[in-house]
Amino acid sequence: MKSEKQVQNPESSMQNIRNFSIIAHIDHGKSTLADRLIQVTGLVEDRDFRDQILDNMEIERERGITIKSQAITLPYVNRKGQAFVLNLIDTPGHVDFSYEVSRALASCEGVLLLVDAVQGVEAQTLANLYAAMEHDLEIIPVINKIDLPSADIDRVKEQIEVDLGLDSDLAILCSAKEGTGIEDVLEAITNQVPPPSSVAEGPLEALIFDAHYDPFRGTIVSCRLFSGSVRSGDIIRLMYNGATYKVEEVGVFRLEREPKNRLSAGEVGYIISGIKTVSDTRIGDTITLDHDPAPAPLPGFKEVKPVVFASVYPVASDDYRSLVEALDKYKLNDAALIFQKDSSAALGLGFRCGFLGLLHLEIVQERLEREFDQSIIMTSPTVQYRFTLTNGEEVTVDNPAYYPDPVTIEQAFEPYIRASILIPERYMGAVMELCLERRGVNSQFNYPTPGRIEILFDLPLAEVVYDFYDNLKTVTQGYGSFDYDLIDYRESDLIKLDILMNGEKVDALAQIVHREGARPRALLACKRLKEEIPRHLFKIAIQGAIGGTIIARSTITPFRKDVTAKCYGGDITRKRKLLEKQKKGKKRMKMVGSVSIPQSAFVAVLKSDIG
Amino acid sequence: MSSGLYIHVPFCRSKCPYCAFYSIPSPSLIPIWFDGLKKEVLLYKGQFDPFDSLYVGGGTPTFLDNRTLTGLIDHLFTHLDFAPDTEFTVEANPCDLTDEKTETLRGLGINRINVGVQSFDEHVLSFLGRRHGVREVNGALDRLRRFRFKNVGIDLIYGFREQGLKGWLNTLDNALSFQPEHISCYQLTFEKKTVFGRLRDKGQIEPLMESEEAAHFLATSQHLENKGYIHYEISNFAKDDLCRSRHNQKYWRHIPYLGLGPSAHSFHGKKRWWNVRSIKKYCNAVEKGRPPVEGCETLTDEQLWLEALSLGLRTSSGIDLGTVNSIPQSKMVLSSLQTSGLVKVIDGKIIPTREGFLVADQLPVCFFEGV
Repeated sequence: MKSEKQVQNPESSMQNIRNFSIIAHIDHGKSTLADRLIQVTGLVEDRDFRDQILDNMEIERERGITIKSQAITLPYVNRKGQAFVLNLIDTPGHVDFSYEVSRALASCEGVLLLVDAVQGVEAQTLANLYAAMEHDLEIIPVINKIDLPSADIDRVKEQIEVDLGLDSDLAILCSAKEGTGIEDVLEAITNQVPPPSSVAEGPLEALIFDAHYDPFRGTIVSCRLFSGSVRSGDIIRLMYNGATYKVEEVGVFRLEREPKNRLSAGEVGYIISGIKTVSDTRIGDTITLDHDPAPAPLPGFKEVKPVVFASVYPVASDDYRSLVEALDKYKLNDAALIFQKDSSAALGLGFRCGFLGLLHLEIVQERLEREFDQSIIMTSPTVQYRFTLTNGEEVTVDNPAYYPDPVTIEQAFEPYIRASILIPERYMGAVMELCLERRGVNSQFNYPTPGRIEILFDLPLAEVVYDFYDNLKTVTQGYGSFDYDLIDYRESDLIKLDILMNGEKVDALAQIVHREGARPRALLACKRLKEEIPRHLFKIAIQGAIGGTIIARSTITPFRKDVTAKCYGGDITRKRKLLEKQKKGKKRMKMVGSVSIPQSAFVAVLKSDIG
Repeated sequence: MSSGLYIHVPFCRSKCPYCAFYSIPSPSLIPIWFDGLKKEVLLYKGQFDPFDSLYVGGGTPTFLDNRTLTGLIDHLFTHLDFAPDTEFTVEANPCDLTDEKTETLRGLGINRINVGVQSFDEHVLSFLGRRHGVREVNGALDRLRRFRFKNVGIDLIYGFREQGLKGWLNTLDNALSFQPEHISCYQLTFEKKTVFGRLRDKGQIEPLMESEEAAHFLATSQHLENKGYIHYEISNFAKDDLCRSRHNQKYWRHIPYLGLGPSAHSFHGKKRWWNVRSIKKYCNAVEKGRPPVEGCETLTDEQLWLEALSLGLRTSSGIDLGTVNSIPQSKMVLSSLQTSGLVKVIDGKIIPTREGFLVADQLPVCFFEGV
């Protein structure tokens, strides 16, 4: 650890600030490298250290992913004795959060592009590289895991040269796990990443790249200052909605927040200003000073809109109140989630929710269950459809339960995306097939580097929301990366698929589908429900129907025999424990007539066979 | 209420490939086990109501030599209280029932012998890894009658491909020819950590399909009831009401029982506890005057209810209607179970039918609340 004395006035000028991010394919060691940088710069005592130190959420640590952007300021004195302030901005790594990633990258001047010495360059490496190039960032290739016996540094260097078009001589060799090469990485950051080219004088321009909720302080806004400065007492204005707040505290992120007198151009830090909920801020918005505003917001702001919708119900209807409270609390820290009241004949009162994508949906579901202790049922996700009715009225429907009376529908429209899929050439056939199967049109091909191909397709959003990404990863053995933009609404032949359980319609299982895909979808739903619903003591008939016509069916056969042969001394406790589990499990099932349906069934109806 | 006493004799000459009970083939440990057991008996002196059933099981109790057996019974009767009409059962391996051993058992006041016959088919016996053949079985059963044992139980195993339904019914008829007072028919279960369990996992034994198992079960019940036996619990049949196993019924009715010996389980009041599964640990504990208990639990009312529900629905006595009265949808569940022919309601009792026995593990689940 470097002592404070050696550090020569680190705040002296922007020249000593380096803002950077680490980008990598999943499992190439991003979090481990971040951990090591934090350790080597002495920000944390070894005894206080834990792995994946930046990922605070339980779900992040458990899944080994980063969901929220996070910044940390590291002090570093380089080999020449110059003191630096290094701001590491950790970013999420999933397409659902690509906007957040773009704002985090916009706050940097350089990135460490991490490549696994065994796995080599992979799809996400490329996608990340393009993202970094789009923001005109200095890119430092880093080859990680060189300690592994199967590391093939020469091959990876060649890939860096050929696939990425970067100078492999500049690649730094390290093992984040062993802690070797970490100083070289830090040196490269100070030598190669340019200092921020921000304007010290001039009106405040601070880019919000994240916001999170603190129960005691309200919303903590993470931002990068491009111009001017801000201190406590200033009145700031959020340029998106013009709202003004008085700044209570500014500072930088160490492992804890560290208050400072002021934040200046080029710096990365936080602002606390009595903003009640995270939803009052917008990622990508510009903060300026109320009395001396910037002439225009920083470029790149987008309002994030939900693209996937699903309903959430409490498993027990008594828990509705508690779900209301949980969602309100959850929303404090996740501006991207939107919700409104909803009700279903089968599932009772609940909420219709909008999500950024499926990972976002899963995260919300998991956090509501784990952190907020809710037992919920989530219906299968859908997109937002538009209908023109015969009376000229236009309606928007994001819930199959509100599908208009078919005789009144003049025209139906569904949202389309332009998908960009980056793959090694050899997977082209499989990916083409997948896209065509999902009603893809208007294909186009680019060849960014030899051996690689970028496939562009117009795809109905409904065809990708559920498991397209999983399927893509499967057919490309993990090498496919995927990104998309919503483009427009197109006319489509849509119908409503009903699911019946022993003759009873279950509204929460209905789907809006394309006519051509109705039968396969119905068959799939019947198959999935058969897998998800446990056997009962009676036969269960599952049917898929359009209007009054049954187009698919499956049957769950009843238990023929289920009995324990011996039940004496010790068997009794074992048997009772099983019963307790079954009793608890049944409490989490929804009764439709006398059929108990597990929560998982409501989402599983859409899940296809691959993946 | 009179309690039951169970003694676990954790020794066998050899381990059967399907058996998951705690037993070891090490006769050299018998003396220290016996010393330990004598000490454990003293720990519970005066703590239970007089016992009116004593069940010596295992393992193979008849593996013990006559002196140890006699010493064991003497010790029990010296230090614990028994009712005058105590049902006194010993499990026996056909191989061990020599004239001498049978006479000893008789002399000890044992009035019920449960013989581990398993099958009357030579091939099946060898598949099951039994040490005895059909000849030993016949000899042992004849001998028991000769020594005037009036209450003889036969244990059988069925429900596997290597035996088949025809072979099984044949075995049943052979058993019936001895007119036993009690027959236990256990469907073969592939327990974890047994040889059969591993063979099944490796695909080297193919269990019957569920529908075949069901057919075997129904045929068994039908056949024995035709012969006048009462199917009073999933796996147990009695020649008449008086021949039901008094001791085993205690397990199913929340009647207190004390289990002594390694791995034995006990129940008293709302408490269950169980002994360590190791002779060494067992002896160490009793040596220091401590109960050799590995774990215990005090049941909540909810847990007691769950047990009453599931244990009751395994017997022809069933459960009181009151047991499920508090459940909001119980009427609906009950009427659908009756319609499906799985239970009958007779004199305020819910009684499983033969078809109901077949899905007894699911019956309690029907009464659990979904939403």
